[in-house]
Amino acid sequence: MKRVISGNEAASLAVKLSRVQVISAYPITPQTTIAEKLSELCGSGELDAKFVKVESEHSAMATLIGASSTGVRTFTATSAQGLALMHELLFWASGARLPIVLVDVNRAMAAPWTIWCDQTDSLAQRDTGFLQFYCWSNQEILDSVICAFKIAEKLLLPCMVCYDGFYISHTHEAVEIPEQSDVDKFLPPRDAEYRLDTKDPRTFSGGTLPANFMEIRYKLQKAFEKAPDVINTTYGEFDKLFGRSYSAVEPYYTDDAEAVLLASGSAASTAFHAIRKMRQSGIKAGLLRLRQFRPFPEKELLSYLKPNIKYGVLDRDLSPGTGGVIAQEIRAILNRNNVRIDINEFIAGLGGRDITVDNVTEILLKVRDDKGDKLQINWVGLKN
Amino acid sequence: MDRELLNDNDFLRDSGFCGHTACPGCGEKILLRHVLDVLGPETVIAAPAGCAAVTDGIFPHTVSPVPFLHTAFGAVASGAAGVRAGLDMSGRENVTVLAWAGDGATFDIGLGPLSAIAERNENIIYVCYDNEAYMNTGVQRSSATPSGSWTTTTPSGRLKSEPKKNIDLIMASHKIPYVATASPAFLDDLKMKVAKAKRLTGFRFLRLFSPCPPGWKSDPADSITLARLAVESNIFPLFEIEDGERWSLSYESSGVPVARYLKTQGRFRYLSDDDMARIQRETDRDYNRLKSLHQYNGYQKIVVEEQ
Ligand SMILES: Cc1ncc(C[n+]2csc(CCOP(=O)(O)OP(=O)(O)O)c2C)c(N)n1
Ligand SMILES: [Mg+2]
Repeated sequence: MKRVISGNEAASLAVKLSRVQVISAYPITPQTTIAEKLSELCGSGELDAKFVKVESEHSAMATLIGASSTGVRTFTATSAQGLALMHELLFWASGARLPIVLVDVNRAMAAPWTIWCDQTDSLAQRDTGFLQFYCWSNQEILDSVICAFKIAEKLLLPCMVCYDGFYISHTHEAVEIPEQSDVDKFLPPRDAEYRLDTKDPRTFSGGTLPANFMEIRYKLQKAFEKAPDVINTTYGEFDKLFGRSYSAVEPYYTDDAEAVLLASGSAASTAFHAIRKMRQSGIKAGLLRLRQFRPFPEKELLSYLKPNIKYGVLDRDLSPGTGGVIAQEIRAILNRNNVRIDINEFIAGLGGRDITVDNVTEILLKVRDDKGDKLQINWVGLKN
Repeated sequence: MDRELLNDNDFLRDSGFCGHTACPGCGEKILLRHVLDVLGPETVIAAPAGCAAVTDGIFPHTVSPVPFLHTAFGAVASGAAGVRAGLDMSGRENVTVLAWAGDGATFDIGLGPLSAIAERNENIIYVCYDNEAYMNTGVQRSSATPSGSWTTTTPSGRLKSEPKKNIDLIMASHKIPYVATASPAFLDDLKMKVAKAKRLTGFRFLRLFSPCPPGWKSDPADSITLARLAVESNIFPLFEIEDGERWSLSYESSGVPVARYLKTQGRFRYLSDDDMARIQRETDRDYNRLKSLHQYNGYQKIVVEEQ
């Protein structure tokens, strides 16, 4: 059945379809309507879950760590300040190998206060051991949240599904809502191998000495290395049942392109439309949409990045003192693999500044006409 | 209270409780042993950073005879609420969730979440083992540290001057079913209170007196003696508050001078006679107030045998 719903409603319906058992969340714009919708679904009994109404995001994640340790399926959603407040506990979740799913509705970090979008909030959590996916449509949000539970539970890794505040969270689109029976076929109840169990008492996350800690981290890294296969298998199963397919990186018009933009989230969909228009006037532009940030899709990106094409990276984020986070990560994999491709770095759309079709067109022309001066960071639409 | 409230599963006599790494004379391990003895094996513990967490054992060793979840320092209350929610959603409503936290985790970094789970009346037993400072990090002041006490962050010349925070009143203000204090020197009273807490549902808060020889600069052999003196001098009165309304003193003390208690511990060695007189006045004032509350609500004396 198709329904016209917002991005936040898509996330909420996915939580219901995934038969989540414990939810804990704290309101923050632009996530709030998820907390409201899920309260409503739990209140009406449509979703048989316990919604723990906590007093902070730190407590929301702490609650899910406790709940997930008993073996049940858990969910939370937040934005910006809330995600930052969870920071300490994000490490606890991944270190304890708990398959918690978190939706982050991307919002810029204060100061100064803003409720508008950029992706610095979730990208700043890159070292916490969460899988990270970025969506560009409401359908993709619904599908990604359902897949996230399956992927997280197979890998014993927590997972973050991110999408842009307002641009996506509050925009209404037609979304195909799958049948519950089909989702049940795809996503069986969680079967936790380890859980708090009085019949088999064990201690979880206790003090660890140098003799063991590194091996525990090594296993965490190995789980991330195994993730691409598990993710692809899961997408394959999802495609078979629901007829929609996903991958870590999605190429559009890249085969014969002279200039390609790497982008994620709503900026990627703007870029997609800009590139279609450019193609109509004969400009050979292309798009690589980054759907997955952790694990960073090294293999996939390397298969698309070609020395004869010029690249621009659009970062809707800033790591002050270095530049765009995604640009840094791309340079790192290029260097690690001895691939000589120069990339142009563009900082755009911070704090909800619109990224327009004209912005993208300008960026791609600049990339195409670039004469090799790659060092500076290009600020898009900066006022004097 | 009724002795029959005590179940006698002698849980820990069978399961053992040896191999922990607590210091000699540590109150916390004595308390945990007796609390678990009453609660029995159908219990899950959540514990934050602090001595209790560290002395349970270092991976892969653990002393706990029941499932034990370590949490972040400020996260035990919410963590326990999550365990409760998960157990309830997986058909294990009968399992007791025990949050086991130090005074730092309770009075300070975890107070917000603690207040939240109390306000929601979560079905949890929360025990604060109160050793009156951050002991695990090497004796720094907490808001449970009594005035006049030495700690590494309240050194001589800058002894703690603020009074200890009245956490029991704060908790009672949430109108939770049960608040109680208990001491390892009065084990019958302690075990009956744990049994009573177990029988109730909703949020139950117990604050247990937990001597700490290295932190208090006391003789490990004196832990129980000074715990008894704390009660007898009214520094640590034993009482219950039900539904935030009904106060009852559990024990009528002999009212020994506070100086006798204070002089058992090096942490009070910088106090002058004047300081001790001031502490005596403050203790008398607090105790009289407590007594007036409990008289108003009907006094019920229990007899504890002297040993
Ligand atoms: C967020 C955070 N801040 C600081 C610490 C360091 N820390 C660990 S235990 C502790 C003090 C614990 O005091 P208390 O709760 O009274 O327990 P005790 O050690 O006295 O048993 C501190 C400050 C921490 N683990 N986490
Ligand atoms: Mg302490």
